[in-house]
Amino acid sequence: MKTIVAPLDKGQIKKLKAGDEVLLSGEIYTARDQAHKRFIEAISKRKKLPFDFKNQIIYYCGPNPGKKGRPIGSCGPTTSSRVDKFTPALIKAGIRGMIGKGARAKEIVTAVKKYKAVYLLAPAGLGALISKFVKKAKVVCYKDLGPEAVYKFKVSKLPLIVAIDAKGNNIFTVHSNR
Amino acid sequence: MRIIKAEKFRNVIADLCIRANIELRKDVLKRLKSAFRKEKNPKAKKALAAIVENARVAKKDKLAICQDTGLVCVFIALGADVKITGDLKSAINKGVERGYEKGYFRNSVIKNPLLRLQPKSSPVVIHTDIVPGNKIKITVMPKGFGCENKSLLRMFNPTVDLDEIKAFIIGAVKSVGADACPPYIVGIGIGGTADYACFLAKRALLRNVTTSQRHNVTSKLEKDLLKEINKLKIGPMGLGGRATALAVNIEIYPTHIAGLPVAINFSCHALRSASAVI
Repeated sequence: MKTIVAPLDKGQIKKLKAGDEVLLSGEIYTARDQAHKRFIEAISKRKKLPFDFKNQIIYYCGPNPGKKGRPIGSCGPTTSSRVDKFTPALIKAGIRGMIGKGARAKEIVTAVKKYKAVYLLAPAGLGALISKFVKKAKVVCYKDLGPEAVYKFKVSKLPLIVAIDAKGNNIFTVHSNR
Repeated sequence: MRIIKAEKFRNVIADLCIRANIELRKDVLKRLKSAFRKEKNPKAKKALAAIVENARVAKKDKLAICQDTGLVCVFIALGADVKITGDLKSAINKGVERGYEKGYFRNSVIKNPLLRLQPKSSPVVIHTDIVPGNKIKITVMPKGFGCENKSLLRMFNPTVDLDEIKAFIIGAVKSVGADACPPYIVGIGIGGTADYACFLAKRALLRNVTTSQRHNVTSKLEKDLLKEINKLKIGPMGLGGRATALAVNIEIYPTHIAGLPVAINFSCHALRSASAVI
């Protein structure tokens, strides 16, 4: 199985093919609908982004709080297509990986191909299992959004599947139409 | 007349919330295991094994099965011979808050859908039915929105063919694809009014997924639909394979001569609910 480490450089992305099973380690950032909206506002107003987007991975996830002695609770992926309208702008701003569940719009395939990025699938509905791969978690920004705040996760060997690769290959035959 | 204090519900609801979120329903688990045995596609088989393993880990470590601990739907079957003293609605909401705090579950409910500020675990959506007797049955269903977002309602003409209704339902599953965490449990409400059909579709998810309806026509429709849906090859997590749905549960109700409402409410593979009788 291939292993990758976030943040993702060009060399790592290049070797990923749609359908590959990979293990991801390193630091990733969670962001859902509301955080995406704020990123886009910051970009359009030319304000400083809350963290450096260069080569980073965004995980579409709103975690449960961690119990005593655990960094985080259940933390599986949420439906990716809800942020389709925001994603091309984030890729343009430096994001190179997205983790979520389900198919994406055509525009995402185009942007992934153009900027040599990657879209990965996390096992959907397996939040309890996924929490075991998260070694550290802390809120980076937008704390007022509660579970929709941006968390930085340190993950170790998180199992994922490559859904859209940098050549534009896509494991989904039907695009989302959002 | 039996008198029950509203505050008694608080702890019961809190416990039900915890149980529903960390223990996958036995009937759902049974269906998942049988889907695992029947699955031939290796990727899909692996995904089903992981789903069963996730349920095991969640129960053992008291973790939420899914991070989307949902918007809590509460179904109350209220015995007509019961009198409740105090504020039942408030007791239910406080019970949910207590359960979600104790269980370390995510707050996913925002007070104003347009302002979208500061998520909490309450308020819940309450469905009340009045039944004979002096007992109260409470069912808690934490409903995730990955699947709730895919709900559909169509008001058919009364002369519609059954095949058209089937095509509507199968088409709906096809267009959802892998977005809502397959294998699905498809709840369907047929009849009543627009709002009641939607309620029936949701309530259908509470019915045991390993048993079929007693009504012959409905039971056949459930079986036919399940068979057709499992030909779509969406499969567990969208990786292909047979198990696109674990069950199709249909609830029917009388309706008007001029119409035929059909509603669909999807559940992901983590169909969660828990009940208690007071």
